[in-house]
Amino acid sequence: MANLSLKNVPQVIVESQVWKSIFRHGYTMNRRNRLLAITNNVFYHILPTKISRYGMRMRFHWGAGIITFYLFLILTFTGVLLMFYYVPTVPRAYYDMKDLQHVVPFGNILRNMHRYGAHAMVFMVMVHMARTFYTSSYKPPREFNWVVGVILLNFTFLLSFSGYLLPWDQLAIWAVTVGANMARATPLIGHEGPFANLIGMKVNNDVRFALLGGTTVGSATLLRFYVLHCIAFPIILTIFIVVHFWRVRRDGYSGDVPVRE
Amino acid sequence: MVRAAEALSAEEQGTRRRLLSFLGWGSFVSFCGGVTVGSLRFFFPRILYEPPQQFIAGKPEDYQIGEVSTRMKKEQRVWMIRSEKGIYALISVCTHLGCTPIWHPAENRIKCPCHGSNFLVDGQNVAGPAPSPLFRAAISLDLVGNIVVDKSQKENQPGKRDEPPFTLPLT
Repeated sequence: MANLSLKNVPQVIVESQVWKSIFRHGYTMNRRNRLLAITNNVFYHILPTKISRYGMRMRFHWGAGIITFYLFLILTFTGVLLMFYYVPTVPRAYYDMKDLQHVVPFGNILRNMHRYGAHAMVFMVMVHMARTFYTSSYKPPREFNWVVGVILLNFTFLLSFSGYLLPWDQLAIWAVTVGANMARATPLIGHEGPFANLIGMKVNNDVRFALLGGTTVGSATLLRFYVLHCIAFPIILTIFIVVHFWRVRRDGYSGDVPVRE
Repeated sequence: MVRAAEALSAEEQGTRRRLLSFLGWGSFVSFCGGVTVGSLRFFFPRILYEPPQQFIAGKPEDYQIGEVSTRMKKEQRVWMIRSEKGIYALISVCTHLGCTPIWHPAENRIKCPCHGSNFLVDGQNVAGPAPSPLFRAAISLDLVGNIVVDKSQKENQPGKRDEPPFTLPLT
């Protein structure tokens, strides 16, 4: 870093580990790389051009990632169906949930699929991450995909948290009250957090206020969490799932090596 | 930036092309900045449809000395408490993470169901994770002698909380 001048800053960035973990190599337009760009393209070939049987050992990968993805598909499908009966307003939300349980044909199994599927998805994300950790699959060249996985973990938690409010029962309201009050202590952007007084954070302009749409959990919060839960978070999660799968494909299957004695 | 400056030859620097490039990129950046700031500002509502912070809590003679009244609790989340010195409105929002504690007369304690914080009748935190005493709301009498409680002003430090406007002195 001694010869760090303004001129070679771009080069230092491009040659850093962070950059190289995200962008494997630049656009070197020779014949071989152009062909590789086609054969390695995830849209043309979702699976690699070749893979050894070591890469597909069930006892190695446990199928935890793909199970998590299937659970996400189930949750998306059942969630869209639940939207036909559920109205996110204070007078109706709880009773719509009760109607789904007791009145709507097959409503209870639908709701339970969504509810237990959500619990299972959080659990399977944990299993998947534990497996990735214990098999050292997070190590280079896959360190960027581990970061994408952590982002996916966070959005799984956000989906879980926002969905938890929607039944609008006592557990939902107080769990979100407690969860949102933790956001008060966020550094800088939460009004009780460190350094927040330097930029004039108050109860009605901090990050918790933006999350709740008010100073307490109320009708604005219910609507806000509903939109985030049904639109924003699933779309962002889908985008990162695509990146995640693409990187699995591009960085190679971590189990795809002969087992060393 | 270094590369952009190098790409321009000597006679091009400070020319019309450079000005137009600056204006073009400048308007693009300010457009993106404006959209970002506007989108963020959108999530902070100007008007809140929340219940008013001020309410009338009856007359002083409605409360007995030593009583912890729960009559305003369900609607307003305060206990009206009359001690020998006066009346104060103790806000039933736990100072830990904001649940609603419950008054247990048999144990003379206020306890939070979420994480088990305990408080005394004066608001002092005595057990559990709560880091500070419960808050008291500002309390006063209006012209016809009704108690007016204002939850937007609150205090929980001993001394300050025992004086007006956080305790209504009664003889």
